[in-house]
Amino acid sequence: MNQWKNFTKGFFKENAVFVLLLGMCPTLGVTSSAINGLGMGLATTFVLVMSNLVISLIKNLVPEKVRIPAFIVVIATFVTVVQMLMQAYTPALYNSLGLFIPLIVVNCIVLGRAEAFASKNSVGSSIVDGLGMGLGFAMALTMLGSVRELLGSGKLFNYTIYPEDYGMLVFILAPGAFIALGYMIAVIDKMKKA
Amino acid sequence: MATIESSLKNMLLTLFVITAIAGTSLGFVYKLTEKPIAAAKARKLQAAIKEVVPGFTNNPGDNVLEVTSDEGLPIKLYPAKKDGKLIGVAVETMTNKGFGGNVKIMVGFKPDGTIINYQVLEHQETPGLGTKMATWFKTDKGNQSVLGKNPGKNNLTVSKDGGEVDAITAATISSRAFLDAVRVGYETLKKNEAKLEEGGAK
Repeated sequence: MNQWKNFTKGFFKENAVFVLLLGMCPTLGVTSSAINGLGMGLATTFVLVMSNLVISLIKNLVPEKVRIPAFIVVIATFVTVVQMLMQAYTPALYNSLGLFIPLIVVNCIVLGRAEAFASKNSVGSSIVDGLGMGLGFAMALTMLGSVRELLGSGKLFNYTIYPEDYGMLVFILAPGAFIALGYMIAVIDKMKKA
Repeated sequence: MATIESSLKNMLLTLFVITAIAGTSLGFVYKLTEKPIAAAKARKLQAAIKEVVPGFTNNPGDNVLEVTSDEGLPIKLYPAKKDGKLIGVAVETMTNKGFGGNVKIMVGFKPDGTIINYQVLEHQETPGLGTKMATWFKTDKGNQSVLGKNPGKNNLTVSKDGGEVDAITAATISSRAFLDAVRVGYETLKKNEAKLEEGGAK
């Protein structure tokens, strides 16, 4: 399989957020600022790469009927590792992402890639797939976070662009996440067709 | 994809091995991050105390006094001392009257009860409205600021309730919660002042 194609499919053709509409819970929940989106995206990328790696290694050792519980244990282990590492070395980011870190376990993208890709492909392809999918997810979350932060509080990565008083509060709140995501999907869809 | 038969023995064995490896590696990472996590928490606490009662030379975390307020809320008192003399107390206080549940703040009081500074530690208030409490009550604009006020002498409630503090625009409930936490902290501090002095003598 062409590895470059394998890597880039996560960004546009099969982007988890804009195209597959997977993992909507963290997408809508944490993207109130660009840095939150980026942090969540990178944490998910780490979990995706590591769980894809391990699952492609053990795919022939796991009996068919228990593969889902086995995969979930692998994924949950890496999520807990990420959670402890973030708590230790990036406490501020850990506080703002809060509950959404443990929720990576049930993120459909991670189990989806494990089941649909890593359990059928070689170790190398699985790592590339995890990296591409994860970074594509991180990119989508950062873009959504940037749009919401800029429109809602007049900042971008915490740098003030215009005074906060002129910001549209709705974009920081949950409905704003839906509105922004809807328009972004429309734009990406248009670009894909063009 | 799997080449191993799904017999009971195989399934049990596989799951057992996987969970055992997962458990062991998690224990290892836990040991590895245990100290940095504790250090990060201690640093955050120290930084919060430093912001609300600057100028101390002791380690307030060592002399913490954990008490319960009249409302049954857990309150922590951190005495800040300079050369053995009490210069203020950082009170980790809270209220359950927030718009989204508990609001936890750290307030620094001078020994006479004047508010030096505060910091918001934990809350679930509405982003963009209630979250403004982190800076609102420090901003010297109108009657917003509570710094330099004394809950014993000033009526620290929102102006809508007859007090002398301007509430956050469109977040009166969050403002009430914040001021309630300040009140709880102040009252608990006054009630336990004697104990704090005692602890200092040791």
